[in-house]
Amino acid sequence: MIHSLFLVNCSGDIFLEKHWKRVVSQSVCDYFFEAQEKAADVENVPPVISTPHHYLISIYREKIFFVSVIQTEVPPLFVIEFLHRVADTFQDYFGECSETAIKDNVVIVYELLEEMLDNGFPLATESNILKELIKPPTILRSVVNSITGSSNMGDTLPTGQLSNIPWRRAGVKYTNNEAYFDVIEEIDAIIDKSGSTVFAEIQGVIDSCIKLSGMPDLSLSFMNPRLLDDVSFHPCIRFKRWESERVLSFIPPDGNFRLISYRVSSQNLVAIPVYVKHTISFKENNTSGRFDVTIGPKQNMGKTVEAVIVTVHMPKAVLNMNLTSTQGSYTFDPVIKVLTWDVGKITPQKLPNLKGTVNLQSGASKPEENPSLNIQFKIQQLAISGLKVNRLDMYGEKYKPFKGVKYITKAGKFQVRT
Amino acid sequence: MSASSLGYNEQGGEATELGQEAAPTTAPSAPAAFGLFSSDTKKSEDLKEMLESSKDSAKLDAMKRIVGMIAKGKNASELFPAVVKNVASKNIEIKKLVYVYLMRYAEEQQDVALLSISTFQRALKDPNQLIRASALRVLSSIRVPIIVPIMMLAIKEASADLSPYVRKNAAHAIQKLYSLDPEQKEMLIEVIEKLLKDKSTLVAGSVVMAFEEVCPDRIDLIHKNYRKLCNLLVDVEEWGQVVIIHMLTRYARTQFVSPWKEGDVLEEFNEKDFYETDEEQKEKDQKVKKPYAMDPDHRLLIRNTKPLLQSRNAAVVMAVAQLYWHLAPKSEAGIVSKSLVRLLRSNREVQYIVLQNIATMSIQRKGMFEPYLKSFYVRSTDPTMIKTSKLEILTNLANEANISTLLREFQTYVKSQDKQFAAATIQAIGRCATNISEVTDTCLNGLVCLLSNRDEIVVAESVVVIKKLLQTQPAHHSEIIKHMGKLLDTITVPVARASILWLIGEYCERVPKIAPDVLRKMAQSFTSEDDLVKLQILNLGAKLYLTNSKQTKLLTQYILNLGKYDQSYDIRDRTRFIRQLIVPNEKSGALSKYAKKIFLAQKPAPLLESPFKDRDRFQLGTLSHTLNTKATGYLELSNWPEEAPDPSVRNVEVIELGKEQLVTLGKVKKEKSTEKFYSESEEEESASTTDTESESTSESEKEKNGKEESSSMENTESSSSEELSESESDSKESTAKKRFKTIEESDSDNMEKKKKVISKKNKSFDSSDAESSSTEETSSDSKSESDSESDTESKKPKIAAATKRKEMAVQEKKAPTKQEVSLLDLDDFNPVSTPVAVPTPAILSPSLVADLEGLSVSKSSVIDVSTPVFVPMKTHELLHRMSGKGLAAHYHFSRQPCIYGDQMVSVQVTLTNTTDQKLENIHIGEKKLPTGMKMHVFNPIEFLEPEESITVSMGIDFCDSTQTASFQLCTKEDHFSVNIQPPVGELLLPVTMAEKDFKTEQGMLTGMNETSATITVAPQNSTRLVILEKVVKAANLGLVPSGQDNIHRFAAKTVHSGSLMLVTVELKEGSTAQLIINTEKTVIGSILLRELKPVLSQG
Repeated sequence: MIHSLFLVNCSGDIFLEKHWKRVVSQSVCDYFFEAQEKAADVENVPPVISTPHHYLISIYREKIFFVSVIQTEVPPLFVIEFLHRVADTFQDYFGECSETAIKDNVVIVYELLEEMLDNGFPLATESNILKELIKPPTILRSVVNSITGSSNMGDTLPTGQLSNIPWRRAGVKYTNNEAYFDVIEEIDAIIDKSGSTVFAEIQGVIDSCIKLSGMPDLSLSFMNPRLLDDVSFHPCIRFKRWESERVLSFIPPDGNFRLISYRVSSQNLVAIPVYVKHTISFKENNTSGRFDVTIGPKQNMGKTVEAVIVTVHMPKAVLNMNLTSTQGSYTFDPVIKVLTWDVGKITPQKLPNLKGTVNLQSGASKPEENPSLNIQFKIQQLAISGLKVNRLDMYGEKYKPFKGVKYITKAGKFQVRT
Repeated sequence: MSASSLGYNEQGGEATELGQEAAPTTAPSAPAAFGLFSSDTKKSEDLKEMLESSKDSAKLDAMKRIVGMIAKGKNASELFPAVVKNVASKNIEIKKLVYVYLMRYAEEQQDVALLSISTFQRALKDPNQLIRASALRVLSSIRVPIIVPIMMLAIKEASADLSPYVRKNAAHAIQKLYSLDPEQKEMLIEVIEKLLKDKSTLVAGSVVMAFEEVCPDRIDLIHKNYRKLCNLLVDVEEWGQVVIIHMLTRYARTQFVSPWKEGDVLEEFNEKDFYETDEEQKEKDQKVKKPYAMDPDHRLLIRNTKPLLQSRNAAVVMAVAQLYWHLAPKSEAGIVSKSLVRLLRSNREVQYIVLQNIATMSIQRKGMFEPYLKSFYVRSTDPTMIKTSKLEILTNLANEANISTLLREFQTYVKSQDKQFAAATIQAIGRCATNISEVTDTCLNGLVCLLSNRDEIVVAESVVVIKKLLQTQPAHHSEIIKHMGKLLDTITVPVARASILWLIGEYCERVPKIAPDVLRKMAQSFTSEDDLVKLQILNLGAKLYLTNSKQTKLLTQYILNLGKYDQSYDIRDRTRFIRQLIVPNEKSGALSKYAKKIFLAQKPAPLLESPFKDRDRFQLGTLSHTLNTKATGYLELSNWPEEAPDPSVRNVEVIELGKEQLVTLGKVKKEKSTEKFYSESEEEESASTTDTESESTSESEKEKNGKEESSSMENTESSSSEELSESESDSKESTAKKRFKTIEESDSDNMEKKKKVISKKNKSFDSSDAESSSTEETSSDSKSESDSESDTESKKPKIAAATKRKEMAVQEKKAPTKQEVSLLDLDDFNPVSTPVAVPTPAILSPSLVADLEGLSVSKSSVIDVSTPVFVPMKTHELLHRMSGKGLAAHYHFSRQPCIYGDQMVSVQVTLTNTTDQKLENIHIGEKKLPTGMKMHVFNPIEFLEPEESITVSMGIDFCDSTQTASFQLCTKEDHFSVNIQPPVGELLLPVTMAEKDFKTEQGMLTGMNETSATITVAPQNSTRLVILEKVVKAANLGLVPSGQDNIHRFAAKTVHSGSLMLVTVELKEGSTAQLIINTEKTVIGSILLRELKPVLSQG
């Protein structure tokens, strides 16, 4: 399936290559570079490229292109999903998936890639299994290894690989047994000029950090499970139990993982926690324009809206912006024409406002469209859909774990058209 | 050269970091090698030295540096001999890195590589499965043709290995060997055939991958494994799932007939040419008039893939979606859209692929995605490729109802700063205008407005689209044409200019005044125009010459002269051609008479079509679909066969029962003494050596037979014998899960039993008799289909089925309503919210009924609640008819998880009216419950006719105590105080667990939590079967398989708190037995002990 993998950085250097079958020359990447050049922007590089003898399927993560070489028909999503899993694994092992991290740990990267694919077909992709085969690098371990001569490699097959719960490693032990669940909801919305909602929906995930000894069997129930319209599960979740009782019952992997992601049913109206008042105008045959944006809280259930950032992609004709803000700071990057206004917390008493003038290129025609505002925000201690965890029970182990649930609402793809 | 040595130094720098700990002590010369100007040769000398050193740390360090070089794509092949020496290193990390090196370079240095072979051969025999597996991996990866026979041998051996992990690697090795030497194909197919029979979920994905690569056309190998693959699918790892689903899709298209009814085909937009076989199918159907009934195997696949839509892996979701698209009845395919829309939240790459597939789907079946229209709205921050795909889908989904909203949305897009996208939007508006006649005028007006847009690309695109639109209805739009004529002065984009010229030429009779003027202007600028425009100028000239030669004759000739000397031969050619055609002279033949007809013929309007129109040639989700060209190795999806091939090929053949099993089960056989009992139960292929999972089948077969014999008492026997066989044939791995599944399979049977009880209580013998038999049939049908390797059904039940079929048809309508009472907990709680209505087929085939009720999916678990092993028929009196003034009430414990709450015990209350008058408004009045106890009452019963009885269910949370729940049972006139005291055995829910888990759990529940007693067992009670029967009768316990014959284990958890309750019965010598109960709930534990004691000691 996957023939080879090339890691390419933004300046077009191939800094790592790995082949699972016959060696494929680096020159195959030339087709990729060609496509990259054609696309104005990294985002627009087509994920699937056809070359005379191979197909290239690539993903873009953290300023790195993962370019895989394929020779025969394969579902493209299979490869894409796998490449993302590779990037996730690097992230998990090295704390970041960057060029330097990969270069610094090139041997571990190679060992990982070797274990993850055999003859181009995925072999072990569960992080719990990989960590038993190849131990993640820590300073302590490298010191110990250099003294004792022991290695980073496990010498027995991880038990998970053979059991029916491959995601959990055996023999987990903690002195403090803890289970944390973060319910993170994101509001995707498009708000039109007049402030009415064109489209809004809530997407949520539950990210867990489970540090429990032994083989705990957890069941998590919700006060209002019917809110969840469409759910995708980590493989550990017993699907039937969910189908019949709407309870998440599972033996968790060890460590951090995403338990479920869900979409809240579209029948429920989405409460939009902020509103924006804006006047952005460019005068005909003039080199200036006006810019005035005020942002305020709305329906936020008594919680403060924090970490508000407004990003605006200004039209190409904009040269510079002359603004004053009542709160927070703004920057305008004249090269990529992006205005970023870091507002911070919104206090209803004094609404943050940013206004001033826009300088346009002389001679350029008036921009056709007003730029849309992309808004980010965060509300702590609130799941905007109203989803609530009812209880968490643990079976199979004797100790009393410490349990915690945290709710956060964030803006997802939140866009205000002006 | 200089570039590479530069890179090399960089590499050296990194290696320093890596090797810092080791370098100073072990290789004193190493630091020098990292110098800025060190040469390649010197460096490799150092590495060689390090590799030959006696210290592992130095070797490891060297290997790490070498791997770093390989990763960079640098040549490290000259170190080959030095590296190969270390292949036998004891240090596992060095060994692994040497493997990495070998895989990279062995092909180039085959002779030296051969030195390492013997090491691998030795490692293949290693007791450690990881080492065996990795040796096989390397051996098969080094691509040295000489060792093909050795590889073949190794693969054969590994395919019979005890470890499924090694077998998985063997499956991978098959593909490697095949690509190295395709001549081994036949032998490899044999191995594939063998591995396909493997029952390990670990192997399934890999072997199917090998099958797809080596022999995708050998569909016949799949037949026997089809059902097993379907059933294993949920538990296979995600990558394997994708491969298996794609393979099964192909398989199903060759084996089953189309589930798409003829009506669908006509309804669907322009589908006929693609699914042409449907047409033929239709004709045939009309002749035969045979109603379509889905093959149970076809249904099995569709049903078993459904839960995978919830996978976190986008590839799996897409695979299931394409399976539904290509295989499911059209009414059912709708459920995939929700999941596909979910994927749109994912990464840009995933979005791109998913949107493409949705685009193809939305052309054919708009309805699927209409409810999600807004999910495809474009954000200004989306990458262009995502934007255009979304736009494509929006256009496909446009209809009369939503077009106004869409057009408003499009208006925003047209203004987008991304001009490429704005242009695409204009195209989209054009398509909407042609497809939906109501809005054609609105769209046209909108587009005309765009002509005054400041952006040239937008204007040009509008012109092109308007041209196409006008062609469809030129009559009323001379104004627009005039307007466009004026645009020629300003617009510069060649395509747009060409389009305008063509329009004016085509409709020159409608704009007689403007046309010659335009030609005049064009004649002026002819030489500076683009080729495309020049050709249209020539065209315009020719057309005007033919219609209005008076005014334009000279102009045209002038243009023709210009064209004659043009640089482009295309234009010169065209000029010559036109001149001959329109200007009559002696050389021109008869053709010039028809010049007007040729030039001004009625031209058909262009069809504005989706660029995804022809993508449906390819299977969805494939690379070929994404590229819209056939990729290497693409496997065609065949059309549905007109007539289904013999479905019996998928039945797993009956092989004489293995002796081993006969011996262990002999006792049961005697007791049951049914002849055909074992002839049916199938045995697994003798070839596969390790797994012994055939219990599931034999068991359910038994169950079926038990049913056929059909008295409820015998049912209890059969179910206990089922436990026996199950616990005896115990496999090493994956037992817990498998067993759980098995029990779940028998789940529906339990329901059936219960239903039967209820119906008998109802005393409506006339209908209930026939009904229960029909449901029995149904269940046996569903059994045979859900069996992983079901065998050919014995003739007897088949005949029975045939005779009963008529009765069934009558009873069928009743069956579903009946089910509502007892099957509520099996119902799909998640109704599909897509508006696609599921039509009820006119005649429900029995298998379909079974399917509907069995839409449950197994899941994996170690310890989980299972269905009760035994449901006692014993009823307790709640209210005697004398004290109840004619109202009698009995209750019994159904041992099902309560539907009203997790912590409740479900109680079935049967109310009977023994008076000769109607009893009205029977309900529960005042409740006197101890603290903490909760009760879910049944809905009031309006009336109960004389001699009628009714069964209602209620839930009581006893808080894990045996305290009495008192309440009042009221009728219209009276109220009676009644109370329910639960036997302790009913406060439990059975769980399944592996013996190992049982022991660990038991180990944790010692001391205070353990109660035990020694009892004297009556001699007739000492057989396993009897003990099991007695214990499960007394308490709702689940069975735990036991390795020892004299120890019997049971497990349950309390209903309220979910604490485990572990019961062990250990038979000692001299008819005594030790009864041990381990539980946190010591009170219940001791009560249970007290209750179990007499059960076992009495005769």
